[in-house]
Amino acid sequence: MVAVERTLPNDESRALFELVQELCAKELAPRAAEYEAAERFPREVFRTLGQAGLLSLPYDEEYGGGGQPYEVYLQVVEELARNWLTIGLGVSVHSLACYGLANFGSEQQKEKWLPGMLGGDQLGAYCLSEPQSGSDAAALTTRAVRSGDTAADAYTVTGTKAWITHSGHADFYTLMVRTSDDGAKGVSALLAEAGTPGLGFGKPENKMGMRGSVTAQVLLDGARIPAERLIGVEGQGFSIALSALEAGRLGIAACAVGVAQAALDAAVDYASSRQQFGHPIAEFQGVGFMLADMATSVAVGRAAYLTAARRRDAGLPYGTEAAMAKLFCTDMAMKVTTDAVQVFGGYGYTADFPVERYMREAKVLQIVEGTNQVQRLVISRALTRS
Amino acid sequence: MKIVVCVKQVPDTEAEKRLLPDTLTVDRESSNPVLNEMDEFAIEEALKLTEAHGGEVVVLTMGPDGADAAVRKALSMGAHSGILLSDPALAGSDAVATSYAIAQALGTTEYDLVILGSEASDARTSLVPAMLAERLGLPQLTFASKVEIDGTSITVNRLTDYGHDVVQAQLPAVVSVVEKINEPRYPSFKGIMAAKKKPVAALDVAAAGIDAALVGQAAAATTVVDAAQRPPRSAGVKVTDEGDGGVKLAEFLSAQKFI
Repeated sequence: MVAVERTLPNDESRALFELVQELCAKELAPRAAEYEAAERFPREVFRTLGQAGLLSLPYDEEYGGGGQPYEVYLQVVEELARNWLTIGLGVSVHSLACYGLANFGSEQQKEKWLPGMLGGDQLGAYCLSEPQSGSDAAALTTRAVRSGDTAADAYTVTGTKAWITHSGHADFYTLMVRTSDDGAKGVSALLAEAGTPGLGFGKPENKMGMRGSVTAQVLLDGARIPAERLIGVEGQGFSIALSALEAGRLGIAACAVGVAQAALDAAVDYASSRQQFGHPIAEFQGVGFMLADMATSVAVGRAAYLTAARRRDAGLPYGTEAAMAKLFCTDMAMKVTTDAVQVFGGYGYTADFPVERYMREAKVLQIVEGTNQVQRLVISRALTRS
Repeated sequence: MKIVVCVKQVPDTEAEKRLLPDTLTVDRESSNPVLNEMDEFAIEEALKLTEAHGGEVVVLTMGPDGADAAVRKALSMGAHSGILLSDPALAGSDAVATSYAIAQALGTTEYDLVILGSEASDARTSLVPAMLAERLGLPQLTFASKVEIDGTSITVNRLTDYGHDVVQAQLPAVVSVVEKINEPRYPSFKGIMAAKKKPVAALDVAAAGIDAALVGQAAAATTVVDAAQRPPRSAGVKVTDEGDGGVKLAEFLSAQKFI
């Protein structure tokens, strides 16, 4: 695999990237096609990445994180997704699940749980959507009722969370639940442990792509979650969820660039070796220009998410830029992967080559963590707000 | 317990390797240098032994400038310190000279156990571990697929064609390991950062007490007289079954001495 020219800030991040590339070559690339075809969840690969310190990159070293800026963390996510989207997206989702506690938890809570969540052995899930509440996330109905001010102080949670990545495999679940009927202001965030009685899981969704990654409902049937596991204060859950999503969207944008880069790599490789009329097809302008357009969009997409990431690293507002990056990169990945199938011709439409898988994988990125219609809403509102 | 792991930097195993036309030695510029894969198993075993019994792991390599990358890789996996033996006089040393040089370098430190990979992927002679044990006057426990230490006694499963022998010796000893022994860990990001701060001692021929006349290409007991490119793979033999396919297959296998 040809190395992507990257701008990395220092020797530390360059050393990190060498490790990432070694892990991609030895642990991800050899498994991706087989696991996706067999719908096999690669729990052991996440464990290997965790032990190497790759599940905690953007978090504070004080709690066991890697202390890396988003500029570096996201390029790692991109490289992982380039080799296997199930892993790249899984790392992004895990980061999303840790986000609430890391940014809104009390010192006491962080000391107690964050090192375990970031330590490498655990995997997280982020639970916002519900069967009837997707883009309209504030309409969620999963109910949490607090009972007692005694030692047994706990929330009893009942409801259904939908489209949950790592459902049934995760060690902890960041749950957005309703604690009052006050719309978005009635949402709270709870950190539930796997194994909590009343915390169950639906049958995995039969998805179009990313079949190695498990997506299923999280079923809460009177699950008792200790009140000490409330993140922030009651009613703060929706803003915690949105803040996490703002960062999460950058992860999705990076995943999209990774998948698009993989499709571009495959298309260039194929077009350079496939001969028609006595020439490699890349020499025909119709194909060569297509490759040029694909490469240009991948490079622009990478620049888009890095612009947003560098704003975040500098402490500047980055929500609009994150929405733009998510929108652009995922639409771009859909187009580039579709074009890659075209470059491969009939072969591209078969499962013997990876490009049809990339095309199926790209589609989900236009939908998750805010549909691209919601991203446009975020951007257009920002334009008219001032 | 102090364990020294001897490692070697080799040309990338996956890459096409070339010999330099004038010296017929490996062209180290022709591909990326990497830590010899088998040595990762040696490092892993040393780390596991010190995790179980306490102690420290020292990584020793002999090689040209830049061979310290192999030491750094071992340090990032968790080894505690390194020794880099490097001197132009050592260039072109054969296995006999290499075992002498490493034995001398080992004389600069203390140890209870020396572990090596059972072969390097460039030369693949598997000679150095045995020669080194002989040089040091220590028991040699080669091709180990399992290592156990109990006090000052070491027991290994020595891999053979028919299974394994159980071999026992007293420490200090020299062990070479095979790939079956363990699953080497990856360095962690934190391990990589920590490795930069770990000490690596540099030794040249004089500091290691090596007689320069006994090492290097001039002192090599063997000479590569000639080398040729491996011929491209020839087409296979196609057996058409005309009722006698079984006989033809048997004849083919017999001619190749498979049966």
